[in-house]
Amino acid sequence: MSATPQITQELIPSADELLPEPQAGGGRRRREWTDLLLGSWRFGRTKVGVIIVAAIVVLAIIGPWIAPHSPYVFVGPPYSAPSAHALLGTDYIGHDVLSRVLCGGRTVIGLSVVATALAMVLGVALGLIAGYSRPAVDDVIMRLLDVLLAFPSIVFVLLLVALLGHSLVLIVVAVAVTHAPRIARVARGATLEIVGRDFVHASEALGVPRRKILLGEILPNITSPLLVEFGLRLTYSIGLIAALSFLGFGLQPPSADWGLMIQENRVAIVVQPWAVAVPVILIALLTIGTNLATDGVSRALIGIDRDTGAK
Amino acid sequence: MSDYVLTVENLRVELDPSGADIDDEVTLAIHQGEVLGLVGESASGKTTAATALLDHERRGARIGGGKVVIDGKNVLSLKPGELRHLRGGVISYVPQDPSMSLNPALRIRTQLMEILEAHGFGSSQRERQDRLREMMAEVLLPGDDRFLRRYPHQLSGGQQQRVALAMAFACRPALIVLDEPTTGLDVTTQAHVLETVRSLTSTYGVAALYVTHDLAVVANLADRIAVMYAGRLVEVGPRDALFEHACHPYTRKLLEAIPDLAGEHALRGIPGRAPVPGRRPRGCFFAARCDDAQPECLIEFPPYDGPGQDHRVRCWRWREVQARPMFADLPLRITAGPSCAAEGDAVVTVRDAKVYYGTKEVLHGVDTNVCPRRCIALVGESGSGKTTLARAIAGIHPGKIEGEILFRGKPLARDARARSKEHRQQLQYIFQSPYGSLNPRKTIGQILAVPLDTFFNLSRSEMDDRMVDALELVALDGTLLNKYPDQLSGGERQRVAIARALAAKPSVLICDEVTSSLDVSVQATIIELLAKLIEEVGVGMIFVTHHLPLVRSIAQEVAVMSEGRIVEKGLVDAVLDDPQADYTKRLLADTPTI
Repeated sequence: MSATPQITQELIPSADELLPEPQAGGGRRRREWTDLLLGSWRFGRTKVGVIIVAAIVVLAIIGPWIAPHSPYVFVGPPYSAPSAHALLGTDYIGHDVLSRVLCGGRTVIGLSVVATALAMVLGVALGLIAGYSRPAVDDVIMRLLDVLLAFPSIVFVLLLVALLGHSLVLIVVAVAVTHAPRIARVARGATLEIVGRDFVHASEALGVPRRKILLGEILPNITSPLLVEFGLRLTYSIGLIAALSFLGFGLQPPSADWGLMIQENRVAIVVQPWAVAVPVILIALLTIGTNLATDGVSRALIGIDRDTGAK
Repeated sequence: MSDYVLTVENLRVELDPSGADIDDEVTLAIHQGEVLGLVGESASGKTTAATALLDHERRGARIGGGKVVIDGKNVLSLKPGELRHLRGGVISYVPQDPSMSLNPALRIRTQLMEILEAHGFGSSQRERQDRLREMMAEVLLPGDDRFLRRYPHQLSGGQQQRVALAMAFACRPALIVLDEPTTGLDVTTQAHVLETVRSLTSTYGVAALYVTHDLAVVANLADRIAVMYAGRLVEVGPRDALFEHACHPYTRKLLEAIPDLAGEHALRGIPGRAPVPGRRPRGCFFAARCDDAQPECLIEFPPYDGPGQDHRVRCWRWREVQARPMFADLPLRITAGPSCAAEGDAVVTVRDAKVYYGTKEVLHGVDTNVCPRRCIALVGESGSGKTTLARAIAGIHPGKIEGEILFRGKPLARDARARSKEHRQQLQYIFQSPYGSLNPRKTIGQILAVPLDTFFNLSRSEMDDRMVDALELVALDGTLLNKYPDQLSGGERQRVAIARALAAKPSVLICDEVTSSLDVSVQATIIELLAKLIEEVGVGMIFVTHHLPLVRSIAQEVAVMSEGRIVEKGLVDAVLDDPQADYTKRLLADTPTI
C-alpha cells in the first residue's frame, strides 16, 4: 500500500523548516493551542471581541456591588424617565433600570457558559466515540444525533420545558442537548482525520485501551477546532438563553435578568426605551464579542494549517 | 563561453524577512545537450536553487543576487512579459509530483495544447496538433484521441510524469530543469522515465539540470554532477571523476552512505545534521561533521578550487582527500550466515496466509519465517502486498486473514487487541514515517512511557531508567525526554520510534520502510543501528522495503513480493547474485546503480 517512498515533502524544504528552529534544550514548550491563541491575537477582531466580552463579564460580575439600589425596591413611579436618582429611569413597576441591568447579567452569562461547557463534554465524547468506532456504531450514534438536529433548538427547548416544567437546570441541560449534536459532528470530523495516523496505530498495536487512546492520543490533537467550536456555541447559547428568558421560561419575576427585562418592559418601549434598549444592546454586544473573538481564533487556525500544510 | 546554454554566477537566495541565506555563491554552467545532476540532501537548498533559474521565488524566499544567463539574457533582470515568454519556451520545468502539477480538471490534450498556444508554437491549429502527436510519440505515449481525452487521474504515475515531460519538451526548450521527477515512482517506472529523459536530451541537444537526492539515479544519467551542502555547491565535476576520485569529504561520505546493489561495503552514515539558514557557521559548513576538519576550516569557507577547470571543489584539504583511495577505511559487509535452519527455530511463522481488504484477496497464500538474530527483507514495488503482510503479522491489518500466523508455535489473533499481552509485547512494529508515528502533542518521555505502562509494572524511577536505557540503545540521550517530536530531526524521530519499540523488550521487530522518509546519510545511520540491534539485542527482524540495494546492508534473507505473492525467497546473496524469478531479474535490472 504505502510502498512508494514518501520523501516528497521532505525534499522541498518549506520556509519554516529553514527558519532557525526553536532553541534545543528549552524544556517544555508552549502547547500548540496556546500558540493558536497568541496567533489569533494578531487580528484586530480578536482584540475587539475579547475586550467587549471582558467588559460585559466584569460588569455582570461586579454589577451587584456597584448597583446604586437593590434591584427589587421601588425607586419611583413606573416608566419614569432617567433622572439623577435613577440614571436609566425605572421599569414597569418602578425598579431602578440601571441596578437591574447591573444585577441581571450573571444568569445569562453563567447559564450560557455552563450549558456550552456541558454541550462540549457531551458532544466531544459522542464525536470521539463515533469517530473511533466501527462503522456500525458510528452510524447509529450519528443518525440518532441527526434526529436531534432535526428539531430547531428553540422548539426543542420549549418542548422539554413544557413537558417537564421549568427550572434553570433543565434549561441548561436542554440547551446543552441541542448543541451537542453539532459539536459531535465537528469532533467526529476532526477525530476521523487523526484515527488514520500512525501514532494511533502504534498505540493500538501495543494494546493500549481505547479509552486511553481517545483521551491521550486523539483528544490532544483536536483541541484547536474544538476551541473554535466552543466560542461559536457560546455565542448561540447566549442568544438562546436570552430568548428563553424573554419567553418567560428562564428566571421568574421579580428576578433581575436581561432577557426578562426586555419582555417586562417591551410594551412601553416608546415611553421608556432604556429599560429595553440597554439589555438588548448588552446581549447583542456579548454575542458579537464572542463571535469576533472566535472568528479571530478560527482565522489563526486556518493560517496555521496553511503554513504547515505540508506536514 | 558561448557554447554554454546556462551560466549561473554567485546566485544567492535568501529567506524573505530575515535575509538568512538559503543558497549562496552558486556558480555553474551547462553545455548544450549536457545533463548536470544537482545532488543534495533534504533542505540543502537544491530545489530552491533550481527554481531560481526560472526566476521563481518560493513564498518566504527571495533571490538576493547573482546572475543567471540563458541564451545570453540575464533571467533575473527580465520584465514579467519576457519572463513569461522564457518560461516554458526557452527553459522549462518538470516538477516532482505529476499528480499535483497536472490540473485534475483538464484533459491531457487541453493542458498540452495550452503550452503550445501560450508560446505561439506553429502557425496554425493543424501544426500544433501535429506537434502534439509528435510530443506524445517522443515520450512513448499513445497520441490517439482516446488517450488525449483522458484526465490526469486516468493515467498511471509514470504516464503522468511522461505527460509532464512532454509539456516541458513541447516548445523545444534550450534548458530543462527536472526536479526529482522520479521520486515516488517505482523502480520499473523510474527506469522508463529516466530512459525517456536520456533519449530526449540527447536527440534534441537539450541541456538539463536534474535535481535529485539520489546519487544512484544520476550516476547513469548525468554527464557532470554538482553536490550541494547547506546551500553551497561543494563539488562540481565530471561523473566519473566524482565517483572515482571525489575530492570533497562530504561527497565521499555521501557515497559511503549509499546502499549499492553490489554492496561490498557496509554502510556508514554521517552523524550530525546540516546547519540551517541563519545558523550557519563562519567557516566551512561541513567542518562540524568532517573527519578532516582542521582549525583553518573553521575560519573561512573555502573558495572554488580543484584538480581541473572542469572539476571544482570547495575544500581546503581537497588534495589530501583526493589522494586517498575511495572506500578505503570502510569495513566490508558481513556476509550472510546459514539460512534459518528449521521451522522449529522460527519465532514467527506465516503459513499459507491469505489476507483480504473487504472481500478482495490481496495476499494469496504467503509463507515465511522469522528467526532470532536474523533479518528477513520483504522487497517489492508498491501494491506488492509487503506492507500488508507486515501489518497482518503485527495485528494492525483491518481486514480478514485466513491461514496461520504463529508466534513460537501458537496462533496469533488477527487484531492486536485480541492478542495476549505477551504476544503484543513480543512483536513490535516500526512505522514508515516518524513524522506520523509520534504523537505531536506528547513529549518523548510520554511517548516512551506508553509501552512501559502497558507491559510492565514499574515505579517512577524504574520507568525513567528504562526510558534512558531505550534511548541509549538508539544512541540518543536522556535530555530528549522533555522534548516534543517536532523539536527533533527526522533521523532522531525515527530513533525515538525504534526506542519505543525496544522499550517493550520485543523478540521481533517489524520495520516497515523505516528509512524511506529519511535522507541517505541518515538512512545509513538507522541501518547501522538496526544491524547492531539484531546482533546485540538478538531480535528477529522483518525489514520491509521497496529499495533493493538496502537489502544487502541489513538482511540475511530476502523474500521478493509481487502482486500479493512471494515470487522468490532465499539468502540475500543467492537471490541478488543469481535471481531465478523473472520479476526479480527485472527489478534488479531497473534498479539504478553507481
